[in-house]
Amino acid sequence: MAMTVSEKILSHAAGLDEVHAGQLIMAKLDMVLGNDITSPVAIGEFSKFNTDRVFDKNKVALVPDHFAPNKDIKAATQCQCMRNFARKMDIKNYFEVGEMGVEHALLPEKGLVTAGDVVIGADSHTCTYGALGAFSTGVGSTDMAAGMATGKAWFKVPSAIRFNLTGKMKKYVSGKDLILHIIGMIGVDGALYKTMEFQGDGVSSLTMDDRFTICNMAIEAGAKNGIFPVDEQTLAYLKEAGAREPRIFTSDPDASYEKVIDIDLSQLESTVSFPHLPENTHLVKDCPEIKIDQVVIGSCTNGRLSDLRIAADILKGRHIASGLRCIVIPATQKIYRQAMHEGLFDIFLDAGCVISTPTCGPCLGGYMGILAEGERCVSTTNRNFVGRMGHVKSEVYLASPAVAAASAIAGKIAGPADI
Amino acid sequence: MKAKGNVFRYYDNVDTDVIIPARYLNTSVASELAAHCMEDIDKDFVKNVKKGDIIVAGANFGCGSSREHAPLAIKESGISCVIATTFARIFYRNSINIGLPILECREASEKIQAGDEVEVDFDSGEIKDLTLGLTFKAEPFPPFMQAIIAEGGLINYLSKEEGK
Repeated sequence: MAMTVSEKILSHAAGLDEVHAGQLIMAKLDMVLGNDITSPVAIGEFSKFNTDRVFDKNKVALVPDHFAPNKDIKAATQCQCMRNFARKMDIKNYFEVGEMGVEHALLPEKGLVTAGDVVIGADSHTCTYGALGAFSTGVGSTDMAAGMATGKAWFKVPSAIRFNLTGKMKKYVSGKDLILHIIGMIGVDGALYKTMEFQGDGVSSLTMDDRFTICNMAIEAGAKNGIFPVDEQTLAYLKEAGAREPRIFTSDPDASYEKVIDIDLSQLESTVSFPHLPENTHLVKDCPEIKIDQVVIGSCTNGRLSDLRIAADILKGRHIASGLRCIVIPATQKIYRQAMHEGLFDIFLDAGCVISTPTCGPCLGGYMGILAEGERCVSTTNRNFVGRMGHVKSEVYLASPAVAAASAIAGKIAGPADI
Repeated sequence: MKAKGNVFRYYDNVDTDVIIPARYLNTSVASELAAHCMEDIDKDFVKNVKKGDIIVAGANFGCGSSREHAPLAIKESGISCVIATTFARIFYRNSINIGLPILECREASEKIQAGDEVEVDFDSGEIKDLTLGLTFKAEPFPPFMQAIIAEGGLINYLSKEEGK
């Protein structure tokens, strides 16, 4: 019987000839990930397991990124818990401050995920690695603990929605606009428990960074995973990152989908999600005048080099609006260094932005840019829930780096065409 | 196994950021988390919740972050069961894994009101609203998940499987 790419990856990992939507399986894991928020809970659960070692010290990744560099004593204690565990278990992929980055930008960059992998991470945005043709999904701390101990996880094989992409996006329209458009169309539970599979001629026009952004926010539609086909771009990326040999799976032409949605990329326009749900999307050109206090450019969604380049392209020779704060957060040390060498930092600094060391920080209201009551922020991050970036009565507007940069200059929600 | 208590009523897309805001995630101590449970959408929840009480919500309960701190905070606050139209998938997994009973039932979610006294029988999936005099039937868990719950959570279940 025909299978989707996700079904094929899962059947391989479960050691079965075929699996189909709805089936409960036990699958072998190629990588288990945790961060400084979720790992301490997982380490506590792991200790209840009758074992003194992780299943494979090369297949666990621990990244202190959420509240690191340590934001306060309690956060320091959580990072210490993870650090001590990493040393005790001789975890090869523990990344200390100085090497670390925002986990979902870091793991692909370090070549820790390859096509055909099954990955779980105790972070909801673990679905990012579908951009590499991996089956990758977010779980909680107990699943992470069980994964570290046994190298396995149980899954209900997801059914799939296929997004058939055609055409090519216009200048300054990016993967962020596409995924916001989709979430606006299907809703925050529009792909609940399902796979979002991206296919079609339009895929080749999307950069790897676009694909990471798109898969990253699959969870914002409730999806279990997002996944792209493996093409020349993917293989070039994996090779450069030094990833393991890819296992390439492709969906059968007659595989079964719950729904097929056609999207012409050339029709997309700059999009912004209003508070307090990612599905509240509006075209930037239709926005009323909304004055803002802060802009954040960064995160596992949009803190990659191409995101910073687009922002710099718009900010070059301009200055952010008076009284506004613009916080730029390169997602990894490598991106940070590259942006610095390319002269992007000078552009940001001349424009009046601050540049932070890699951290998730403000995205989840941790630190490094918390909002006061009544303040509004345009952010390239992924969630705009009540209180997400600070005060319960603050507001987050989700947008692409291009829109964020243009809004920073205008002091209100604006697109690149408005400045 | 049964639960009985009064209902706290919420609606669609209750996310894990409001169940337990990230500003409190610098700890994983359940009692410290429970002290702030639901505070961004219901500041009186912590003050009013009693052991055995039940949360009834709409669609996509627990969406957003994968933080297991969310079901942990709910469980620690004394809530005996969450009933919703649907649950976000990571929250669903986490609840089963830590032993917080959850039930999907559209009709119950639509009809049960805040403050109602509700009794839940987890073996039969029967939900009785004693205030309204209505009975609803939730889908039982698949046998695989029942086995995880019966073993007291995922870690116990897998330890036993590994031992086979």
